[in-house]
Amino acid sequence: MLKDITIGQHYPTGSLIHRLDPRTKIIGTFVFMAGLFMIRDFKAYLVVMALLLMVITGSKVPLRYVLKGLRPLMVLIMVTFFINLFMTRGTVFFQLGPVNMTWEGLRQGVFMALRLIFLIMGTSMLTLTTSPITLTDGIEHLLNPLKRVGVPAHELAMMMTIALRFIPTLLEETDKIMKAQMARGADFESGNLIHRAQSLVPLLVPLFISSFRRADDLAMAMEARCYRGGENRTRMKALKWQQADAAGLVLMSAFMGIMLWLRWY
Amino acid sequence: MSIKIQELTHTYNPGSPFETHALKNINLTIEPGEFIGLIGHTGSGKSTLIQHLNGLLKPTSGSIWIDGTDITKPGIKLKDIRKKVGLVFQYPEYQLFEETVAKDIAFGPANLNLDEQEIQKRVKEAMEMVKLPYEGLKDRSPFDLSGGQRRRVAIAGVLAMKPDILILDEPTASLDPRGRDEILDQIKTLHRQQQLTVILVSHSMEDIGRLVDRIIVMHQGTVALTGSPRTIFQQAEMLEEIGLGVPQITHLMKSMNQRGCALPEDVFTVEEAKEVILSYLRGSQHA
Repeated sequence: MLKDITIGQHYPTGSLIHRLDPRTKIIGTFVFMAGLFMIRDFKAYLVVMALLLMVITGSKVPLRYVLKGLRPLMVLIMVTFFINLFMTRGTVFFQLGPVNMTWEGLRQGVFMALRLIFLIMGTSMLTLTTSPITLTDGIEHLLNPLKRVGVPAHELAMMMTIALRFIPTLLEETDKIMKAQMARGADFESGNLIHRAQSLVPLLVPLFISSFRRADDLAMAMEARCYRGGENRTRMKALKWQQADAAGLVLMSAFMGIMLWLRWY
Repeated sequence: MSIKIQELTHTYNPGSPFETHALKNINLTIEPGEFIGLIGHTGSGKSTLIQHLNGLLKPTSGSIWIDGTDITKPGIKLKDIRKKVGLVFQYPEYQLFEETVAKDIAFGPANLNLDEQEIQKRVKEAMEMVKLPYEGLKDRSPFDLSGGQRRRVAIAGVLAMKPDILILDEPTASLDPRGRDEILDQIKTLHRQQQLTVILVSHSMEDIGRLVDRIIVMHQGTVALTGSPRTIFQQAEMLEEIGLGVPQITHLMKSMNQRGCALPEDVFTVEEAKEVILSYLRGSQHA
C-alpha cells in the first residue's frame, strides 16, 4: 500500500544520468519546468516528449516504472482535465442539462493534462536518478551564494537529509507497529470515519514515542561526534564538475532555446 | 492445533530492482503441542515465515493450513486466525500505547468483542502467566515500568487472546540474564500447562537446546535442516557454514574430545555437562 508510491524514490542503475552532478540535474529540472510552462501549442510537446524519452532511455529506468509514478496523481490530472473541459467557452459539441462540452475545452483539457503529466514525469526523473543525499548536497551547493544574505543553507540541507533519511525508517516502523497491533486483532481498514480515526491511536502513540526517542538518540550521536554545523566541514564525496555535466547543460540550453523559438515565432 | 505449510514462496517487491526472494518453496508440518525452535542467520527468512502464519503477509504462492483451514484462501476471516495464532514481535514493548497496563493488555481481547467481565478475567490471568503482580501494576502506566516488565506486559497482551499457537520472535533480545531466564521459564511452563504449540525464534543456541522439542534451521529462504536438538547439533560444521553454531557447552565437549577425552557430544546444558564430566572423571579414576 505504502510501497506503491514511486514519487521521490531513488531507482539506482548507475547510468550516465545517475552519475551526473546533482547541480546539473537540479538546474536541468528547473529549465525543463520553465520550458514546459512556456508552451502554447501541441507541436512543442513533441520536443518535450523527445527530450523525456532521451533522458529516460539514458537513465535505464524502465518507462513502466516512471509511468507508475503518475498513478497517485491521476485524480489531480483528471480533475484538471474535466474542469478545463467543462469551463471553457466555445463551440459546444455535447450538452446535457447545465453541462456543456466545447471543442476548445477539450483542447484545453488535453493540453493542461499533458502539461501536468510531463511535469510529473520530468521532475520524478530527478529523484529517480539522484539519491536523496546527493540531492541535498546539490541543493546546499546551489544555495551557498545565499548564505551571505543569511539563508542557513547548510542547516536546511541537513534537515532535509535527515528528514529524507528517516522516511523509509518511519515507514518500516509504521509497518511493524501496524502488524503488531493487527496481530492483537486491531482493524485499520473497516468501519466509519470516526471508528477509523480511533483505530489509529494504537498506531500513532507508539510511532510518536519512537520518533522522539530516535530524534534524541540521533542528536546525541551527532553531538558525540562533535557536529557543530556547516563551518569548515569537508565532504567524503566532493561534487565534481565533469564534461558530461557541461554537455547536459548545453542540451538543456538548446531545449530552452527551442521552447523560446516555438513560442515567439 | 496443527500447522501445515505447502510450497510457500514469498517475494518482496516483485518486478523492481529491490526484488528479493525471502522464502523459496517451504514445506513444513508442525504438530499440535510441539515446541519448535526456529533458527537461522539474519535475513534467512524467519520473520517472513512467521508473519505468514497469522495472515499478516500473503504468500506469493503456496498455501498455509492452520487446524485444517487454508488461511491463504480469499474470504477467510483473519481475525479468527489471529485469535488462534498469537504472534509476539521482536521488541514488543514498542507496541504499547495505553494509559495503564491493564488497558493495554485488554486491547487484544477487546478486539475479539468479548464482554467486559471476560476481558478483565483474561487480563488478570495473562498477567499472572507472565508473573506480573496484578494488583500492583494494573493501574500503572506501561511507560513507567522497566524494560523487562514492559516486555512482559506486551507478551501478556498476546496471551490474553488465548491463542492455541504462540509464536515469539526473539522474546529475550537485549534483556539481562535474569530477565531472559524468567521469560523463557514462563514460556516453558505455558507450553507444559496449557498444551500450547510454541514457535520460538532465537539466536541463542543455549536457549534453543535447553527448551525445544524440534529445531527448524532456515538458510537463504529455505529450510536447511529440521530435527531434534540432538540430531541438529551433531552437524556443527554445517551449522557454522551457514553462520550459526552449537551451544558453547557442546563446543566445549568437542574441544575436550579433541584433546583426548571421551565425552558424549550431545550435551546442550551446563547441568548435563556437569553430570557427564563428573561421571567421566569418576570413571577414569577407577580405571
